[in-house]
Amino acid sequence: MRVDWEALSFRLAMGLVAFVALVLLVAPTAVVIIVSFTSGFSLRFPPPGYSLRWYGELLDAWQLHFAAMNSLKVAAWTTGLSVVLGTMAALAIARSPKWSAKLLDSFFMSPLVLPALAFGLAGLMFFSALGLPVSPMTLIIGHTVVCVPYLVRNTVAALSQLDPSLLECSASLGADRLYTFRRITLPLILPGILAGGFIAFMSSFDNVPVSLFLRDAATDMLPIRMWQDLEGKLDVTIAALSGVLIVVTIALIMVMERLTGLSRRLA
Amino acid sequence: MSSASPTAYDMKLALPLAGFLTAFFAAPLAILFLLSLQVDPKGSAYGLIQYTNFLGDLFSLGVLGSTLLLGLEVTALCLLLGYPVAWIYTRSGPKVRSLIILIVLLPLLTSVVVRTFAWIVILGRQGIVNSTLLSLGLAETPLKLLYTQGGLIVALAQVQMPLTILPLITAIGRIDPNLGDASASLGAGQWRTFVKIMLPLSLPGIIAGAMLTYAASITAFITQSLVGGGQMLFMPMYLYQQASTLQNWPFAAAISIIFLVAVLAVVTLFNLLGRLSRGYANA
Repeated sequence: MRVDWEALSFRLAMGLVAFVALVLLVAPTAVVIIVSFTSGFSLRFPPPGYSLRWYGELLDAWQLHFAAMNSLKVAAWTTGLSVVLGTMAALAIARSPKWSAKLLDSFFMSPLVLPALAFGLAGLMFFSALGLPVSPMTLIIGHTVVCVPYLVRNTVAALSQLDPSLLECSASLGADRLYTFRRITLPLILPGILAGGFIAFMSSFDNVPVSLFLRDAATDMLPIRMWQDLEGKLDVTIAALSGVLIVVTIALIMVMERLTGLSRRLA
Repeated sequence: MSSASPTAYDMKLALPLAGFLTAFFAAPLAILFLLSLQVDPKGSAYGLIQYTNFLGDLFSLGVLGSTLLLGLEVTALCLLLGYPVAWIYTRSGPKVRSLIILIVLLPLLTSVVVRTFAWIVILGRQGIVNSTLLSLGLAETPLKLLYTQGGLIVALAQVQMPLTILPLITAIGRIDPNLGDASASLGAGQWRTFVKIMLPLSLPGIIAGAMLTYAASITAFITQSLVGGGQMLFMPMYLYQQASTLQNWPFAAAISIIFLVAVLAVVTLFNLLGRLSRGYANA
């Protein structure tokens, strides 16, 4: 049998680079999980022994608990606000052939492109020019600006996949627009809204650049707390916290994949 | 008969978000621009002095240059590593596909601080790279990997690679598989088919992925500061230092505007290339 070296070398090269890339993508997550179970005081890898001590420490780290609660609250408000504003806007601009709809779409997406740190500074200057001190309120407004594009994008995508004949059927059977929206449109686009809401929530929970400028001194946010802890000393408690965040993220991705087919929406 | 189509909703529904973003996104950016025109923090006079200060200062220009260069290096590495992943994905069965997509999505949705922290553990003096090199006898003393340009590029590439891979998957998936078969039956080998057919036809995905990756890596404040360390200064940290530590608001505002314009220029350039490449891929 003749061996096709040309084809073989191509497959081998592609496979090898892809393998390296996939290992590179997974390795950091795996390393954090392993190191979080260390029995030692440093981030040495491989760990000298294994224990749950740093997860125990995490239970008493009240500063981290406080910051986590703040981040969860802000992310929840941001997601709620983004869902309402983003879904309404998506209904208006999806399927509309008007040029104004295209213009609005670009406007609604623009916070994603611009550097968030520059927007954070702009927001701080804006609120201080209005004489408004930074507060959890300004923080939620700032987060919503950078998170609402995810809602618009995913809801518009879900709406453009909706079969218009379903809505025409419903209308011709005598249903009014509100009833059709409640019984036909909403159930069909709900997975898109959920996926957008999930990404907005994760992105708000993880936001540093906007929070740096728009939070008040009393509102410590989890990613900022972690970042500052890492700048100072390498604390192993952060490894345990990272382990918890990774496991929760994987679980949420699995749930969202079931509910919304998340991966199809992102690819 | 009602004239309104049942599939079209009133444009008025977009008003709340349009108002919200005008008030809390467009207006703050306008204020930021005005602030950048102030000669001093008190605002006693207006002029372009902050901009001439930045553009006439070799240190500031160096920060801008190294930020733009960093983005290029990270994007190049992401394309090189990410393309084969997307290529394998489009040629795999559903089981392998869902595994690959999980591996790609996980870093995208994991907290950036956590992902960056992982690189501190990997690249540190007692990290996995150094302990492997030492135990294999490839190094006598631990190498300095953290706080180096190379370490930062690899870490940023890992953090941003999902943004490269996802558009590539879409673009490669759209290519008609018959084209590859036609090329093979005409006698072209796999390499030649890849370079002459696959690569040009996936150009829209390459450009879309490169744009997202570039914009994300030059603005990646956390990874730049934690893996790059204090000696390497990039635009986001420069902006933050001027604003937060030095309270030099007008200069920080000017840095923001210059950075914003740089990012917009890159995005516009990529969009233009993307439009050209779509014309080419559809021709």
